[in-house]
Amino acid sequence: MPPKVVLDWLYVGVFAVVGIVLAVVPLIVVWLLAPQMRLPQKELTYESGVIPFGQAWAQFNVRYYLFALVFVVFDVEVIYLYPWAVVFRRLGAFAFYEMLVFLLILMVGLAYAWRKGALEWV
Amino acid sequence: MSTFVEILKAIGLAVLVFTFLAVVGAMFGVYMERKISGWIQARLGPKHVGPQGLLQTIADTVKLLQKEHITPRRADALIFNSAPIIVAVAGLLDWVVIPFGQVGNRFLVVRDINIGVVYFAAMASLTVIGILAGGWASNNKYALLGGLRAASQMISYEIPLALGILWAAMIAGSLSTVSLVEAQRGGWFIFKVPPLGLLAALTFLVAATAEVNRVPFDLPEAESELVAGYFAEYTGMRFALFQLGEYAEMFAFAALFSVLFLGGWDEPSLSRQWAWVWLVLGAGSLALVALIQFRLRHVLLVRPIFILAVMAAGLSLILFFGVMAGRAQVLPSIVWFFVKMFTLVFFLMWMRWTYPRLRLDQLLSLSWKVLLPLGLLNLLITAFIITVAR
Repeated sequence: MPPKVVLDWLYVGVFAVVGIVLAVVPLIVVWLLAPQMRLPQKELTYESGVIPFGQAWAQFNVRYYLFALVFVVFDVEVIYLYPWAVVFRRLGAFAFYEMLVFLLILMVGLAYAWRKGALEWV
Repeated sequence: MSTFVEILKAIGLAVLVFTFLAVVGAMFGVYMERKISGWIQARLGPKHVGPQGLLQTIADTVKLLQKEHITPRRADALIFNSAPIIVAVAGLLDWVVIPFGQVGNRFLVVRDINIGVVYFAAMASLTVIGILAGGWASNNKYALLGGLRAASQMISYEIPLALGILWAAMIAGSLSTVSLVEAQRGGWFIFKVPPLGLLAALTFLVAATAEVNRVPFDLPEAESELVAGYFAEYTGMRFALFQLGEYAEMFAFAALFSVLFLGGWDEPSLSRQWAWVWLVLGAGSLALVALIQFRLRHVLLVRPIFILAVMAAGLSLILFFGVMAGRAQVLPSIVWFFVKMFTLVFFLMWMRWTYPRLRLDQLLSLSWKVLLPLGLLNLLITAFIITVAR
């Protein structure tokens, strides 16, 4: 019998595989049941009824990228907070001050991004 | 050999959970949504297929199964076709760690993973990949905008969401969903360190609403401006898979909210001093039921409230008599899990017809300038209180 941790992730893996299979089954049913009639007009992408011009794969607003960048910083921070939250009660006051310093540095980072206008959507 | 048995067990459970999600999550969820939307708009909602229109979504699924599978010529076919599967599988994977209840000493949970809530957050954010892939691969301008909006919105709200999870994890000292519920026996986290528990719960609820792209945060789908957003190009069953993933996710977040803040499957307090609360609540709800039944019977708008009041009256009176009879547990734990989950889902559906959609800049500044500092401060202050109170 493998240890519990291995079993946990074995279950997750099995769930992923079974999920994919069960999601593909209705698609196969569709392939068997539904009519298939290819027409060039049907295969156009929708653009309010006019024939689409150009590709949608063009440049898009850089703002989206900016938010993704700020997100990465804070997401990494949150990952560090998880283990801290679990052992916080056992470690006592030291853990609190340690985390206070960490969070203060981050808040300075947030204030910097805010001040620089990274959080504005213009 | 035993590993083989475990794999078989896992396959069985996966099929079971998937069926549960398809039937309760998607089919009943869509029915519930349409019925409640109807009542709130003074319509009847689905009515003709089956009793009270209960079979409407099944009929819709059969219809969707017969719909043609169209892949736009200019779309990236591989990514386009795998995106709905990613979303549906992410919705299913969330449910691995959700505990349904307790029978004796056994917990009704697929796997009690020791980092359950982190796992949940990770799987929930898989949806972003599916949505962004679907929006981009369609090669449709509306879909691309929807996908990009979804991505920026979901990653922005992931951090307040994680801060809400962290708050509960800090109080419980554990990341496993089962021990989180166990830690709330005799004091749900929403009432802990008042009013900070409530604040953390609200932060989490707002972030969760944004994570599942529901009104007032439904910009990625915004029918009135982006047609259908990222799934504008999807037909038939692939559209249904997107819906399945979304409803699975919504129910999963409702379940997680009750696990983190409302004590999961835990029954509300049964000590004698609470008996009068249940009596007053039960009597009040009964009065409301009577009022609606005899005076407002034909007002469609109050029907959701009527159903809620019937539920509240029944549960409160059962609890009252249970306390009086000195019972330790009145209703099975799984009943409480479903009561809490469906009440929250109802609340989300109610919100849909109460608030208008936000603008993208408002949405992002709500996350970064309000919820994130608030969540961090809440975490720090609660940690400070715990440290001082030691």
